[in-house]
Amino acid sequence: MSKHLTYGLLLSILMVIAPHAEHLPLWVSSLCLGLLLWRAYLAYSGGHDTLLAKRADCGNGRPVSPPAPEGSAPPCRSDDPLPKRWLLMLITFAGIGGIAVNFRTLFGREVGVTLLMLLAALKLMELRKPRDAMALIYLACFIIITNFFYSQSIPTALYMLAALMVIVTTWVHLQAQNIALKPRLRIAAVLLLQALPLTLILFILFPRVQGPLWGLPQDAYASSGLDDKMSPGSLSRLSLSDAVAFRVSYNGKPPPRNQMYWRGPVLWEFDGRTWTPGRTALTVAPQFTDLGQQTDYIVTLEPHNKTWLFALEMPDKLSVQATLTYDFQLMRKEPVNARLRYAARSNLGYRANLQEATRQLQRGLQIPGQFNPRAQQLAAEWRANSANDDAVVRTALSYFNQQGFQYTLEPPLLGVHSVDDFLFGSKQGFCEYYASSFVFLMRAANVPARVVTGYLGGEFNDVGNYYIVRQSDAHAWAEVWLKNQGWVRVDPTGAIAPARLESGLSAAISNTSALPFMARNPPQWMRDLRLNWDALANQWNQWVLGYDTERQFAFLTRLGMESVTWQKLALNMASGLGVVIALFALFMLRHLIKRQPDKVQAAWLKLCRKLAKAGLPRAAHEGALDYAARIAAVRPELADAFHDLATRYSALRYGADRDEQARHEFLLRAGALKI
Amino acid sequence: MSQSLRDVIQQAEKIILGKPRQIRLALTCLLARGHLLIEDMPGVGKTTLAHVLSHTLGLQFQRIQFTSDLLPADILGVSVYQRDSGKFEFHPGPIFAQMILADEINRATPKAQSALLEAMEEQQVTIEGKTRALPSPFFVIATQNPAHQVGTFPLPESQLDRFLMRIQMGYPDAQAERGLLSGVDRREIVAQLSPQMESSELLALQKRVREVFVSPALLDYVQAILRQTRESARYTHGLSPRAGLALLSAARAWALLDERDAVLPEDVQAVLPGVVSHRLQAVGEYSKQNSDVLVRELVEAVAIP
Repeated sequence: MSKHLTYGLLLSILMVIAPHAEHLPLWVSSLCLGLLLWRAYLAYSGGHDTLLAKRADCGNGRPVSPPAPEGSAPPCRSDDPLPKRWLLMLITFAGIGGIAVNFRTLFGREVGVTLLMLLAALKLMELRKPRDAMALIYLACFIIITNFFYSQSIPTALYMLAALMVIVTTWVHLQAQNIALKPRLRIAAVLLLQALPLTLILFILFPRVQGPLWGLPQDAYASSGLDDKMSPGSLSRLSLSDAVAFRVSYNGKPPPRNQMYWRGPVLWEFDGRTWTPGRTALTVAPQFTDLGQQTDYIVTLEPHNKTWLFALEMPDKLSVQATLTYDFQLMRKEPVNARLRYAARSNLGYRANLQEATRQLQRGLQIPGQFNPRAQQLAAEWRANSANDDAVVRTALSYFNQQGFQYTLEPPLLGVHSVDDFLFGSKQGFCEYYASSFVFLMRAANVPARVVTGYLGGEFNDVGNYYIVRQSDAHAWAEVWLKNQGWVRVDPTGAIAPARLESGLSAAISNTSALPFMARNPPQWMRDLRLNWDALANQWNQWVLGYDTERQFAFLTRLGMESVTWQKLALNMASGLGVVIALFALFMLRHLIKRQPDKVQAAWLKLCRKLAKAGLPRAAHEGALDYAARIAAVRPELADAFHDLATRYSALRYGADRDEQARHEFLLRAGALKI
Repeated sequence: MSQSLRDVIQQAEKIILGKPRQIRLALTCLLARGHLLIEDMPGVGKTTLAHVLSHTLGLQFQRIQFTSDLLPADILGVSVYQRDSGKFEFHPGPIFAQMILADEINRATPKAQSALLEAMEEQQVTIEGKTRALPSPFFVIATQNPAHQVGTFPLPESQLDRFLMRIQMGYPDAQAERGLLSGVDRREIVAQLSPQMESSELLALQKRVREVFVSPALLDYVQAILRQTRESARYTHGLSPRAGLALLSAARAWALLDERDAVLPEDVQAVLPGVVSHRLQAVGEYSKQNSDVLVRELVEAVAIP
């Protein structure tokens, strides 16, 4: 029996540490696995059931058998198959030393988790008494929490629930060794189900504290996303990722697809290969005029560890704190390292910065002169042949359109003169190639221009009625400053592959095999499955992971709680928990609750209390007639009346007769008796 | 209660002086259709009690003196070859009577004991492949010397369970003993006793016992007692459901003797020592206690609901 308990504990520990194997150092994972296997082998080979034997023989419980005769060695010491203490100490210190060397520290979350794994595996090696098993069970529960540092998805939660089920089953086993597996599972399931209402109350009402207490450290999130640097290939690489960047639900009709430009970092400076935002001391507020086509929407942004937010061009209102920079980026003070939900309003029709500072326009003209001479020459020709800036832009777009450029995810490598190589050599590129060379050409032709990166479009999820914007939707385009028009968006990609704007990446690329799965066109059922799953994940994000103070307050207000404060929350939580626990207790102890005594019995008990006050208490086990006989001996004056009452009471309580008249008579007489 | 029953008690009390409780318990046992085990020293009136009951109740009486060389055939009977008819003829043993006094039952070997005990349980005996019913009413009073006396085979627990009650006679008090010593020879009086009752009347009374009312409140009490014996650490094991049934039927008979048509907790308490003292075994330190004390503690531990 106890062998199975050991297996249960092994399985519990294995289940909770297995997901960690992914990010633990390989040698720690192997060591833990080795220890687990060793312990399993010991349990398998040792016929002697260690745990139970300790309990019975080492005086840890009520002795069942008579104590062993003097002289025979106590069985708990002699044939203990577990490794000796010094060996465990050695492994422990070696392990801790190894971890210290590996991480160069013994502090921090990563190291803490690693140490915890190692110690949990080692604790299994000294599993002797029920107390050790208990410690392991608590440890396993704690390790469950550490798993959520790394993933908080629905599958993880379900897996952890399964692990919890195994742990609780093992725990039930520990408490009652003689219960079979099936009823044990049932008890565990009932326990977990009983915990459900408590969990719900705690989840809904537990005051959420915003800030560092609950915020997870930065490295909690893999940060693959849009960067504020752009070089040839950086966006096409990003396009290979299926990961969700953010989800959007529109209030009202969504704008057309080719208007869904989600503005991200704006890049000003070019070093011949890489575009960067550059530096400026300018803090001028942007000016928008001639606004139109208002659109309201809600964005749920996945954490990307960067300070910028995404909004449709051009944002007007925002529900969270952020600044709109001079080049129309939304910036937060802190990096977004937790899922962020914000409502925003954008005007798709706009004129931006009709008046622009000269310094900005100067910045928008700078190019590294030593690179790309052919491109500079081409731009100079255009300049000479064009009446105004507008004409230069049009010339450039028709150039892209007519010179046989290809839109591809796998462009050939470019040399030092990246723009020249692209324009006159390979003529194959992804959006960043076009944006980059277009802006370069504009600047060379003396038209102020800059690169804007962000996302374009998204996939509509008709299950949840929202758009999913993935990393594969990453895009780069250009902005030029024209007199009387301000900054105008120009998307050179549209000149080569208009389908990219209208219907997305897969329509624009001829060879889709390199694309991430979801950006291709998967079969309909698979698409439906994925969309359903994503809708579910979205709900999970919105309501479980994203349930912060704000949502909590909104939710509770909708439930009818007025002016939510945290004292109120605590109070409600305490009373809610109290009520649930009291209900369970009542349910479980219902057989202990005494039935309400009926009138006759109540009158009799009252009579007994009266007599008790007079110094003649009835013993709990004393029958009415015996009591009457005892009273008669001490208080002869009461003898007749009381004996009469006792007889009547006995007859009423134990007799077959349910005569109302007799009951009434008894009640009258009992009330009338003077003591 | 019928006049005749009252007469029975009266007559018995005249002969067995100072033991009204034992007489009532014996009658209770009889009315509840159980068998009685009397355990005490020799010479305290066990046999006399049996004699008195059989005479006054008008039952056929047989006495079997158990000895260590007693054989089952000595109890049940034996087939004997008849020379004139050329057939075996069954000669019924002493068991074929309405009231059996099995004297000093623990002096016989277990084999002989079990022959009697099986008959008690089944109310029939099977001899040479033929089942023969025993007369009705059928009542066994077994007497037994205290187990620690020399040359006894104590009855095992399972056999003890066949007896509805076990009572002890005890020494008579001074006044009763005086009456005993100064009075006429008991055997003479017993011989002169006249039956007060037909056996059909006894059967009717036994039937009435089963009709005595038991309320839910009383069942609560009985269950509480059973639970107490099972949960308490004092006993090696709790009372069985059969013991619960025995307790209830004995309490019914006691209530009838008390001229009531419903069982009271007092009735249960009155028969409790007789019914449970031979079924309960105390653990460790408690085993040295008198069984009466043990039962009294049991009574005091259970509140009347």
